[in-house]
Amino acid sequence: MNDQTLTPEERAANLKGMGCARKRVEDVRFTQGKGNYVDDIKLDGMLFGDFVRSPYAHARVVSVNKEAALALPGVIAVLTAEDLSPLGLHWMPTLAGDKQMVLADGKVLFQGQEVAFVVAEDRYIAADAVELVEVEYEELPVLTDPFEALKSDVVLREDLEGQTEGAHGPRKHHNHIFTWEQGDKDATEAVLAEADVVAEEMVYYHRTHPCPLETCGSVASMDKVTGKLTLYGTFQAPHAIRTVVSLISGLAEHNIRVISPDIGGGFGNKVGAYAGYVCSVVASIVTGKPVKWVEDRMENLMSTAFARDYWMQGKIAATKEGKITGLWCHTTADHGGFDACADPTKFPAGFMNICTGSYDIPTAYLAVDGVYTNKAPGGVAYRCSFRVTEAAYFIERMIEVLAIKLNMDAAELRRINFIKANQFPYQSALGWEYDSGDYHTAWDKALKAVDYDGLRADQAQRIEEFKAGKTRKLLGIGLTHFTEIVGAGPVKNCDILGLGMFDSCEIRIHPTGSAIARLGTISQGQGHATTFAQIIASEIGLPADDITLEEGDTDTAPYGLGTYGSRSTPVAGAATAMAARKIRAKAQMIAAYLLEVHDNDVEWDVDRFAVKGAPERFKTMKEIAFAAYNQAIPGLEPGLEAVSYYDPPNMTYPFGAYICVMEIDVDTGEWEVRQFYALDDCGTRINPMIIDGQVHGGVTEALAIAMGQEIAYDEMGNVKTGTLMDFFLPTAWETPNYITDYTVTPSPHHPIGAKGVGESPNVGGVPAFSNAVHDAFRPFGLVQSHMPHDHWRIWKIANGLGMHG
Amino acid sequence: MSKMHVKLTVNGKEVEGLAEPRTLLIHFLREDLKITGPHIGCETSHCGACTVDIDGKSVKSCTTFVAQVNGADITTVEGLVNDDGSLGVLQEMFREHHGLQCGFCTPGMITRAHRLLQENPNPTEEEIRFGMAGNLCRCTGYQNIVKAISASADMLNAQAPSSSEAVGQTEVEAAE
Repeated sequence: MNDQTLTPEERAANLKGMGCARKRVEDVRFTQGKGNYVDDIKLDGMLFGDFVRSPYAHARVVSVNKEAALALPGVIAVLTAEDLSPLGLHWMPTLAGDKQMVLADGKVLFQGQEVAFVVAEDRYIAADAVELVEVEYEELPVLTDPFEALKSDVVLREDLEGQTEGAHGPRKHHNHIFTWEQGDKDATEAVLAEADVVAEEMVYYHRTHPCPLETCGSVASMDKVTGKLTLYGTFQAPHAIRTVVSLISGLAEHNIRVISPDIGGGFGNKVGAYAGYVCSVVASIVTGKPVKWVEDRMENLMSTAFARDYWMQGKIAATKEGKITGLWCHTTADHGGFDACADPTKFPAGFMNICTGSYDIPTAYLAVDGVYTNKAPGGVAYRCSFRVTEAAYFIERMIEVLAIKLNMDAAELRRINFIKANQFPYQSALGWEYDSGDYHTAWDKALKAVDYDGLRADQAQRIEEFKAGKTRKLLGIGLTHFTEIVGAGPVKNCDILGLGMFDSCEIRIHPTGSAIARLGTISQGQGHATTFAQIIASEIGLPADDITLEEGDTDTAPYGLGTYGSRSTPVAGAATAMAARKIRAKAQMIAAYLLEVHDNDVEWDVDRFAVKGAPERFKTMKEIAFAAYNQAIPGLEPGLEAVSYYDPPNMTYPFGAYICVMEIDVDTGEWEVRQFYALDDCGTRINPMIIDGQVHGGVTEALAIAMGQEIAYDEMGNVKTGTLMDFFLPTAWETPNYITDYTVTPSPHHPIGAKGVGESPNVGGVPAFSNAVHDAFRPFGLVQSHMPHDHWRIWKIANGLGMHG
Repeated sequence: MSKMHVKLTVNGKEVEGLAEPRTLLIHFLREDLKITGPHIGCETSHCGACTVDIDGKSVKSCTTFVAQVNGADITTVEGLVNDDGSLGVLQEMFREHHGLQCGFCTPGMITRAHRLLQENPNPTEEEIRFGMAGNLCRCTGYQNIVKAISASADMLNAQAPSSSEAVGQTEVEAAE
């Protein structure tokens, strides 16, 4: 059975391990419609919950009359803050050290805020009953502009009145949340004062929303006999949710089982805890029946998890030759009615201090002020690691603005400022240690791949033709070189609600040589069941096809902090490799025993241990697995399994070079992506097919954000983009094809050198698209224009530049 | 609310049940018939996750009353599996070309692609992109979906009509 005729390469290929474009095991279910998402869960006697939501952005709730709703046949209960308050559940803690109303407690702070929770026999009756709940409101002045909010006498958070200290230090005003400062302010200001050139600009990254195709939902089932609560939900961090539910409900943690079933996309939307989760739990406890809550699309866009909304004032200093000497940034962060940002505790503005980007900037300063407004809470990392998209957009715009000021080519300006390969590990002015990188190689490869000089020549010719009246279309070349910071994170720096951000993997080898691995993460489309099995296959020499992956059930999986911020491969992937290595270490002892040699006299060979110098004497991993369960080996326990809780020593720093070529019609504002080239360096590549898929999807989300997607409010605080009619999700029709490419610079501290890739394309894509728009108009005097660059706004740029006669 | 009697053919089987006049087809399929392949993504006809095939047309079942389609012949993604339980051509090609990630849009995508290839057995890339524009995907960026549909068209066209069931069958592997 041990085919000695196969070469080591052939045996390695049979494992379908790392580097193999292995087809996804998940797809067999998904393509047949056999996924199991939250709304597919149906339990006996299950009730359905639905919210009464505020039509006003800021109002006092004078009264809630449930009578008519309760009189409707099939309605079981209507919960309000008054009902939750004896349980202490009318407010809940946020991930950012603030608290948030579960149901309106005297007032509402954003349109769509949850006011009452109706529980009924089915979703139709619940929807009818929502209409029958009579709420009397008294409108209050609305603040939608964070700069106005910081000046206004209107107090949004009356519950915090008089509190001059928040979770992240002093509060300067009743609508102010925190100030977060990094870097050296005085030194940076001195550099700015003495610099040859200083470019200054306000860079706004607008409010948007992750909008996964599946909305958020949960099914809570309280078993009154056993006292055990089972909570199914759209949770990107099921273990953390279990702890939070335990802390706020008072239920013992061992009596709570949280299950994340299949998740229909997350992108950050499903990291936080929402009122619907809490209400489904309370309703199940109150009624003794399972209660399902699933939000509709409008509720999803209006009330859960906005992203971005950063006003970033920047100053960048350089010599007249273009060497950057300093960077200054002040950000006004609009957090909405509650500070519910999903960031590690010590980072109220996430990793915004990665805003020096890919550049060797000796001196820098960053300050972020968080502000309350009458908008939905959230501030999640929409396909990025904790505000990295904001940071990357900021620096990549500032580079372009500086290039204009210096009258330099933006590609060359980047090149002369990149951190050099020999400077890694690189200590940034804002406090990070970049693990590895080779930016010049990536940049040169990218420019060559798109024939950058040729593109600039095309553009010059197009400008001549435009000026001569021969065309109405401009050509923009959008450049980006981004550096991410992902894989949160070292427990010493990073925690969420006091939970250190390690992650975990447990592997059990079965006697017949197959295996099950359980992780603290949860896939939402990333293909963990496929790729983590590949890591194990390469590490222990069992075929990936014989390894089952399981995530998302807190009763069976080891504790972990979940999947977001591209942390699965950097953290749980490392835990997987480490657990596999523990198994291999034990396997070595078993093999040595079986081969009757000393432990050190066998060596690892793809899928077996062989006697050194006698490769024909070996034991395969499959044989070793059986022996682990069938032989009494002196000094060794039976069985073959291991668990690893991995606390990474550092973050990983994936990077990439993206180039977008865009045609823009100055009369209609319409755009067309002519070419998009994406080079990613995510370190060791586990599955190139999945990496390409992640890049395609992430760049498409970037396309959406840069070119039209936004959560917009009117001055009354009404959400203007609450349906997919108004909220831009690109279709196959306007989405271009992408060319993907790569370099490989492994992470030096990760066991397999992998860095994570899922979010790079969003981080790099947004500035690439936006810079393409700006670049098209640069020769005509445009310096900065805010996203999203929808047709109307592009038309306005052209109009403002006098292009319409 | 009084209920009406509904009779449908779904994936080749005759089914019947009681439904309120306002019951949406997606809810009847998912809640009453337990056919949970079609998903609810927007409830406004935009996303296409609920797409089913009704009497030879792609229809968004989240904005169709079951009463409107009484007596109709409906196919969902569950009905596109081969008779022996193996993946159909489109299902296999979506897997082969990594045309799905989270899987939530996939049932609607594949069901729409099935009809598209009936309408146009030799679509160009542009025709595929236009023909699929009623189905949103947040994960894939469509590039591999287009590839999967194009590959399916090639495969289906290569089949002789008489041996249509033999080609494109691949053993279904155990789900993870």
